[in-house]
Amino acid sequence: MLRYIVRRVLWGIALLVLASAVIFVIFYVFPSADPAKLRAGRQANPAVIASIREQLGLSDPLWEQFLRYLTQVFTPFDLFGAAEHGGTGPFNFGRSFGSNAPVKDIILDRLPATALLVAGAVFFWLLMGLPTGIISAIKRRSLLDRATMVTSLALISAPVFWLGLVALYLFASDVGKIHIFPGIGSYLEADTFWARCWSLFLPWLVLAAATAAIYARYLRSSMIDVMSEDYIRTARAKGVGEGSVIMRHGIRSAITPIVTLLGLDVGLLLAGNAILTESVFNIPGIGHEIVVAINRSNLPVIQGIVLFGAFFIVTFNLIVDIAYAYLDPRVRYR
Amino acid sequence: MTDTGVSTDAGRSLESESGLLEIRDLVKHFPIKSGVIIDREVGRVRAVDGVTLTVKEGETLGLVGESGCGKSTLCRTVLQLIPPTSGSVRFEGEELVGKRGRALRPLRREMQMIFQDPYASLNPRQRVGEIIGTPLRIHGLASGDGLKRQVNELLERVGLGPEHYNRFPHEFSGGQRQRIGIARALALRPKLIVADEPVSALDVSIQAQIINLLEDLQDDFKLTYIFVAHDLGVIRHVSDRIAVMYLGKIVEVGPAEEVYSNPIHPYTLTLLSALPIPDPKANAARHPIVPEGDLPSPANPPQACRFHTRCPYATEICSQEEPALLHYGNDHWAACHHPLHREHPEAVAEALPELKREPARVRG
Amino acid sequence: MSLLEVQDLKVHFETDDGVVRAVDGASFSVDRGQTLGIVGESGCGKSVANMTILGLTRSPITSISGRILLDGRDVLEASPDEIQAIRGQEIAMIFQDPLTSLHPFYKVGKQLVEAIQVHKDVSKQAARDRSIELLGLVGIPDPERRMNAYPHEFSGGMRQRVMIAMALVNDPKILIADEPTTALDVTIQAQILRLIQRLQEQLGMAVILITHDLGVVADVADYINVMYAGRIVEAGTLDEIFYDPQHPYTWGLLGSLARPDRPRTLRLSQIQGQPPSLLAPPQGCHFRPRCPYEFDKCPQTPGLEPRSGTPGHLDRCWLPPDKKRSLRVVEGEQIGLEVPAA
Repeated sequence: MLRYIVRRVLWGIALLVLASAVIFVIFYVFPSADPAKLRAGRQANPAVIASIREQLGLSDPLWEQFLRYLTQVFTPFDLFGAAEHGGTGPFNFGRSFGSNAPVKDIILDRLPATALLVAGAVFFWLLMGLPTGIISAIKRRSLLDRATMVTSLALISAPVFWLGLVALYLFASDVGKIHIFPGIGSYLEADTFWARCWSLFLPWLVLAAATAAIYARYLRSSMIDVMSEDYIRTARAKGVGEGSVIMRHGIRSAITPIVTLLGLDVGLLLAGNAILTESVFNIPGIGHEIVVAINRSNLPVIQGIVLFGAFFIVTFNLIVDIAYAYLDPRVRYR
Repeated sequence: MTDTGVSTDAGRSLESESGLLEIRDLVKHFPIKSGVIIDREVGRVRAVDGVTLTVKEGETLGLVGESGCGKSTLCRTVLQLIPPTSGSVRFEGEELVGKRGRALRPLRREMQMIFQDPYASLNPRQRVGEIIGTPLRIHGLASGDGLKRQVNELLERVGLGPEHYNRFPHEFSGGQRQRIGIARALALRPKLIVADEPVSALDVSIQAQIINLLEDLQDDFKLTYIFVAHDLGVIRHVSDRIAVMYLGKIVEVGPAEEVYSNPIHPYTLTLLSALPIPDPKANAARHPIVPEGDLPSPANPPQACRFHTRCPYATEICSQEEPALLHYGNDHWAACHHPLHREHPEAVAEALPELKREPARVRG
Repeated sequence: MSLLEVQDLKVHFETDDGVVRAVDGASFSVDRGQTLGIVGESGCGKSVANMTILGLTRSPITSISGRILLDGRDVLEASPDEIQAIRGQEIAMIFQDPLTSLHPFYKVGKQLVEAIQVHKDVSKQAARDRSIELLGLVGIPDPERRMNAYPHEFSGGMRQRVMIAMALVNDPKILIADEPTTALDVTIQAQILRLIQRLQEQLGMAVILITHDLGVVADVADYINVMYAGRIVEAGTLDEIFYDPQHPYTWGLLGSLARPDRPRTLRLSQIQGQPPSLLAPPQGCHFRPRCPYEFDKCPQTPGLEPRSGTPGHLDRCWLPPDKKRSLRVVEGEQIGLEVPAA
């Protein structure tokens, strides 16, 4: 098992280096615009641009720029001219073109909002999706089952921003029909942790809705498969009560693919996949930030967020694989 | 006979036999890979570990052994469905090993396979006519109406009818699906058919039908069969000669009647005596040889004689020196340091008393 | 009165295509210390009938009629709690494929302990001790260490031993073994059958052995019931079935076996046609379409009665006994239905 983990971690690191290379190539080899010009912004006269170019080290050979970038992101060493062009690392993603703030700080500033949004959403989609999936599977073809399947189909089909807007329209305390939940921008006004949670209530439900529906359908089909397996029959033949058969034998098997799904979903969301929700509800998270950065061609921020995102995805992939090996003993011994 | 049991035609070796299919020292190992960064080979599954066999034209060679003995791998390797690790397979004198793609194609026409699972070996999305007709089309042997006619002929030959042409496999029972598989194998008029457990998945009453069908077809189409099965009764019925495999090696080969009435290798005896026969008095009279423990893994076979860890007659030499396949007369070969007919003849009589006795009388 | 008596059991399933008459009037019984072999091919209803004894076929689409008497009590009338108490405690069942029949994610020890703790209020340690005892009894080497192994870490034969151990932890009165050796190699099969026999002698339970392999029953059974298309078509002792079979289906089964102990025949005697659809079985005797000896009485369903002269030997065939004896021998001493012209 240990060897498995070590192996996966090493592969993870290799993957991140590869991701960095791809990102680097995309931004430095095929730039849509000259980074120096973008950095210069409005004071775009050739002298300024030239000096910025020097400062960012853009005239150096590409491989040197790439290795410098890697050094700045991953190591604290001063190699390939790291100290002169941007500073040493680790986790030095450069500075924002707009505010000149370190990208790392910008990301860390935005991360809590996204993390809180994702955490709450996960809680709700598991709470809504899992029991629904299980009950639908057990009471197949019942009215309840059919109703949940139709509802879930609707929720999956509805675009999340539409759902968000409808939710605001109906329930926002300022503009909605029924004044229950805080409206747009309420996160920014919230000062305590609990106030922030309350402001995220609608976004949580909106973000959770479609995913809960997917999980419900997935778990339902997984449960149906599992409940027809031979070992379920053996459990019943041993005299295990139906409740325990479902809980200890059925769900235990059916849940493993859900674990994989969950890890991937969380990884993706932390990497910025909650863009739509954050935009609709004006939550200052990573997704929102990257939209703004793209609009302003703020290369370092874009690069930093993408790489950060890659890190989350790789990490959660790894966690999920380890969890899977823990849950399914057959996988452990390769 | 001399002390070592080599018969008077001392120059006789397995390699010198000739026939339609000549398999010489065929080896197929599957590497087991493991490692932290790079996969390194940490072991090998020795599925087929040096098999020498000759299949004569027109005969049925029965291949018998338990799971893990390598008989299925042997079939696939012989037909070049998986490339062998080493060794030679000659069909009508032509070497197959090393040939790929285009060079192999004309030879593929001469050798076909019938598979065990009638539910998995037919493409569920293809209609029966298509399943049987595709080989003909691929090899450019027929098309259009001619193709349809040939397929219908084949359908009739296997006991189905033209009305089945447009149906899908799921509309048929297991036995009927196996008939479709047989028709497909016959389409190219091959010389050799390898049947890998063709009746194991079928009910007993259907098994008899399919076995009879295969025998009829052998006469009509002048076929040579390699028939793989784990049911010793079926093997004895269909085979002219029988080869017994254990952990990737042939341990005994000879004419069917010979091997059944005069087994030389202890493993063969355990197989024969373990098979319960549908005759209670005969069963009760047996003292079967039941080998100890489980089958060793083909990734880690025992040293020297592979069977020595479970053999009731093993001695020191069995764990030190690997026995070679020696000829014991009557085209009967075995690889054992303590051949039963010389060292433990009473064991055979005790384990298989039915060989000597009268079959039980039926009231009638 | 027998330990277990199944009387005129009918199990029908409502499907979209119609009513599937999986079991259509089966009666059999078994006593302590006896082994009953139920022989039949796939679809004949042998598994469904026995699963019904444990209530495993109860569902909204199933309709069950008849009686199943365990020590006099009708199991079909049992409440879900009562049935649960019987399962794994009074009657235990093992199934064909030991790999898929054990939960892949739980250690074997845990599954054994569960089998004990659902029925008895004992400490985990006591349950573990009992489990280790059983693992040793069924011949698993180093049982204490093996308690912590997962099912996939055992070989096929060892897994089946684990299943047997799990079935016997609570000293059941009846062990139902549904094709316990079909998925195993022939030498392992021999080991498992010996094991079941030995355990039966030691523990005195009744065994119902379900199989399609007549060789297996010839080795271990005392009584045999032959099932076809949902009904028992012949019932008798081992000797009666093998040496004086009364039903044409039994002849067909016996004749279609390729027997290594007999001289080779040119062709195997076969049974024409295929097993009938259970949606619309033939009127009267279910074997009619495949029987070469059908005559005008056959559209009337024959009852399961002793016609051969021996009181315990029952069959469902209208043919007179002496005619049966002359018809069933086809070639020399061989029993069969017919040997088609070579």
